[in-house]
Amino acid sequence: MYDFDYHRPTTIADAVALLAQAEDGRPLAGGQSLIPTLKQRLAKRSDLVDLSAITELRGIRDDGGTLVIGAMTRHAEVAASDLVRSAIPALAATAESVGDAQVRNLGTLGGSIANNDPSADYPAALVGLGATIVTDRRSIAAEDFFTGLFETALAADELVVSVRFPRPDRAAYQKFPNPASRYAVVGVFVAKTGNAVRVAVTGAGAVVFRHSAMEAALTNSFTPAALEPIETPADDFNGDIHASQDYRAHLVKVMAKRAVAALQ
Amino acid sequence: MAHPDGIGARVRRREDLRFLTGRGTYTDDINRPGQVHAWILRSPYAHARITAIDTTAAAAAPGVLAIFTGADLAADKVNGLPCGWLIHSKDGSPMKEPPHPALAQGKVRHVGDQVAVVIAETRSQARDAAELITVDYDDLPAVVSSVAALKPDAPLLHDEAPGNLCYDWHLGDLAATEAAFAHAAHVVTLDVVNNRLVPNAMEPRAAIGEYDRTGGDYTLYTTSQNPHVIRLLMGAFVLGIPEHKLRVVAPDVGGGFGSKIYHYAEEAIVTWAAKKVGRPIKWTAERSESFLSDAHGRDHVTHAELALDANGKFLGLKVSTVANLGAYLSTFSTSIPTYLYATLLAGQYTTPAIYAEVKAVFTNTVPVDAYRGAGRPEACYLIERLVDVAAREIGIDKVELRRRNLIPASAMPYQTPVALQYDSGDYVRNLDLALPLIDYAGFPARKAEAAARGKLRGIGFATYIEACGIAPSNVAGALGARAGLYESAEVRFHPTGSVTLFTGSHSHGQSHETTFAQLVAERFGIPIDNVEIVHGDTAKVPFGMGTYGSRSLAVGGSAIVKAMDKVEAKAKKIAAHMLEAAASDIEVKEGKFTVAGTDKSLSIAEIALSAYVPHNFPLDELEPGLDEQAFYDPKNFTFPNGCHICEVEIDPDTGVTKVVNFVAADDFGRVINPMVVEGQVHGGIVQGIGQALHENCVYDPESGQLITGSYMDYCMPRADDVPSFTLAYHEEAPCTHNPLGVKGCGEAGTIGGSAAVMNAVVDALAEFGITHLDMPASPERVWQAIRAQRKAA
Ligand SMILES: Cc1cc2nc3c(=O)[nH]c(=O)nc-3n(C[C@H](O)[C@H](O)[C@H](O)COP(=O)(O)OP(=O)(O)OC[C@H]3O[C@@H](n4cnc5c(N)ncnc54)[C@H](O)[C@@H]3O)c2cc1C
Repeated sequence: MYDFDYHRPTTIADAVALLAQAEDGRPLAGGQSLIPTLKQRLAKRSDLVDLSAITELRGIRDDGGTLVIGAMTRHAEVAASDLVRSAIPALAATAESVGDAQVRNLGTLGGSIANNDPSADYPAALVGLGATIVTDRRSIAAEDFFTGLFETALAADELVVSVRFPRPDRAAYQKFPNPASRYAVVGVFVAKTGNAVRVAVTGAGAVVFRHSAMEAALTNSFTPAALEPIETPADDFNGDIHASQDYRAHLVKVMAKRAVAALQ
Repeated sequence: MAHPDGIGARVRRREDLRFLTGRGTYTDDINRPGQVHAWILRSPYAHARITAIDTTAAAAAPGVLAIFTGADLAADKVNGLPCGWLIHSKDGSPMKEPPHPALAQGKVRHVGDQVAVVIAETRSQARDAAELITVDYDDLPAVVSSVAALKPDAPLLHDEAPGNLCYDWHLGDLAATEAAFAHAAHVVTLDVVNNRLVPNAMEPRAAIGEYDRTGGDYTLYTTSQNPHVIRLLMGAFVLGIPEHKLRVVAPDVGGGFGSKIYHYAEEAIVTWAAKKVGRPIKWTAERSESFLSDAHGRDHVTHAELALDANGKFLGLKVSTVANLGAYLSTFSTSIPTYLYATLLAGQYTTPAIYAEVKAVFTNTVPVDAYRGAGRPEACYLIERLVDVAAREIGIDKVELRRRNLIPASAMPYQTPVALQYDSGDYVRNLDLALPLIDYAGFPARKAEAAARGKLRGIGFATYIEACGIAPSNVAGALGARAGLYESAEVRFHPTGSVTLFTGSHSHGQSHETTFAQLVAERFGIPIDNVEIVHGDTAKVPFGMGTYGSRSLAVGGSAIVKAMDKVEAKAKKIAAHMLEAAASDIEVKEGKFTVAGTDKSLSIAEIALSAYVPHNFPLDELEPGLDEQAFYDPKNFTFPNGCHICEVEIDPDTGVTKVVNFVAADDFGRVINPMVVEGQVHGGIVQGIGQALHENCVYDPESGQLITGSYMDYCMPRADDVPSFTLAYHEEAPCTHNPLGVKGCGEAGTIGGSAAVMNAVVDALAEFGITHLDMPASPERVWQAIRAQRKAA
């Protein structure tokens, strides 16, 4: 790890100010993605602004039917929250599927989505549920937030404050974990609200995406069989030693069918 | 009354309290006064010529004390790392033995090869400075696969080894084997890849070198399975330090699996540099460095043919293997694909004629050496896959085919056609023990039930034989070993009757502190807490060859028994004198020395006291003291054996394989502590499952970069990947040539495990016409195999 200056502000405003002043600063949340890159010297940062003392960034609450989760809320807290489990059980299940117990005890919602790893789980839930990301200066729809491989709509000094999740009628997440890292090789989040169906896919491509062909088919008939004829083009998919593009495309269908089957 | 902690008792591991409460002392826990730190600059290229190294900026960086490159070692006449086993090719020529420098001399040959070392006050200063070293590399084409390295136009690693060939060796009777094939009713053939593995001990390697100017003494603390061997190799061959001036300490060691047998460059570097710098120097590997510098395992490519008669009797076996040795010869690398592999190709079967040839090849990869099982898992996997293929092709039940070919217990001792003589074993008994535990008869019903859930269920068998307790020094020497393979022990009674036992074997997960203490406690009728086990320090233990090849108990334990025999013999004489009887009248039972037919008796503690306070002692006949040493050189290998059966379920939609049932019925000879043995078997099976389903070391064929260089890509088996195991053992066929009748259990699970799993996987996929799949049976590989067959259909 290279040397850096460490700050631990207690308000969002101070954190943003520190980031704006820093030459090359980053917020530090659970550190589960950031610290390994520093330790391996893959990244060098002038300043780390630790968000853990900012109480405004924590917590889970119900805001008139919308679930609001603070950026610094740990995966384990989301997974165990009675509120989340009753409002959107699939979201608790998504958090529960992340990494291992140690990672879930430290990793945060804000850190995960700001990092936007192509195989992270939360992006599928956010896009699948049509969530809204609230930052220190604006609100961003999930679909506009995840812009590319490890890229988001956030400005360099912009902080995720919370995420607002509308409640679906039914939702499910199915993940095919990478056998080594246990990140998602493919993860499919299916949500149904009234007649509207959203299908969000993580892991397969450079960034989470909505699967419009599947959404159309499921709007027509919300059954696993409706997905059978749909082939997902694999050309832009990720391919590596664990899963080729073809295999990922195949898994998208298998996971989507399983998600729908779980909601029958 | 039997000793409560004696042989056969499930004594809890005495070492666990220390380990589980974080009070172990590992090499990295040790900090010497004035200690500084080393960072090794490693090659980012798989194959490159070094044209220049500029250390000026680095040398001026904060905290830096010294920077050394290969040129400094050469100037000091530091030799390369030696190889401990000489193999001769078919044509009688000795293997090619290119230099293995501790720091690169003009060329790097794998990603991670050591280029320079920076010594600084802190570890991060050393690492910061290393980034300031500029090395000019002329990138050369690289080759990572052994088969590719043998091609005529392949890049050449060493000028000394044309064609990248280290040796082309063979074993067995070719003419007899070809004759067997000529008469065969069936011949089955199989091509297999035994996948390369990264050992992944929990504790990364570490070393501290120290030099004491007062007496000119060196000390090396290191993560080693065999400190005396390191002292010999490093002292005598690399640095030229005589044994009496070099102490090697291997304190608590957090797992080795073979990877900590070898003498590594970093050990020599910190020891040598400690004198140069005048400060103790510590080096500890990061996990990424472990991936790039711990010797890897396996990596065979094999073509095999099995000849059978009309009744399924094996007539002959022909094996042709290409073994990847990596970029340099690691300490015992050359013996693994030869004497620890081809000699095992009879397995448990009566195959009368066997011929094996092995080409060992240099590639631009990390050196390959022994990894848990070392050669024997490769042999077992090959044989057991072949047997399954034969059963299927000929249409004989796979259990029945094995039965027809198992060596019967009545044939013991059994001379195989590949050099070994099995002393004991009852292989049919293992099979009969295992079958009811898996409920073989109920398998079709379980398969049908799984099918109803959309799952493919398969069952796989593996019988295995190991050659352990490696082995008579004269035999090993005749086969090319450059070291002896005995073991030493010293049993030191103290005046008040407690014992310190010094063993030349080394515990890094094997539980010596418990099982060895059980031997002593039972023999002398003393509480187990009165026995202390000392190992891992050349300044304390007389000598030792260390722990690998499941040899600790069979060889090290036998040395302990010999030392205890000597103690008892002396104690008997002392007792006779004290009790005023003839030594021949003294009976020894459970530590009591009694005059036959009387109630006059002494405990060993009373005798020990007299030995150290010799007021009433036969001083004219005996020396005071009760402290005996013994060396034990075995007469033969030991041959643990067993039958492993695995059941898997495969999800055809995703290709995911789940191990749902695993039975192991083993013969380890006499069992000292069943709980410890079960632990060894559990760990071994998990590693076997790991190789079969999860682990795979992958290099990029073009660049030679290690793709699986972290746990993000290298898949270790985890607790939720394995079921509870069902274990059984029998003690009906003890080893005939060592005093305890023990055979060794450390590698068994790894040897039988991967073969049983893969046979189960292929069995589950049989309905698709799939006859073989290379390891690991990863989800995508299984899915692709199913897809290919479906497309073809
Ligand atoms: C072994 C392991 C396994 C894992 N497995 C999975 C898995 O299965 N699925 C999965 O989805 N993830 C997985 N992860 C990643 C994990 O979920 C991390 O928690 C997550 O990626 C980052 O969250 P963090 O809170 O640790 O963020 P950090 O590592 O602290 O930060 C990550 C990035 O986000 C930025 N950041 C953090 N908080 C904010 C904020 N509020 N506003 C703006 N920027 C911010 C940081 O500056 C940094 O760039 C795994 C990680 C590990 C180490």
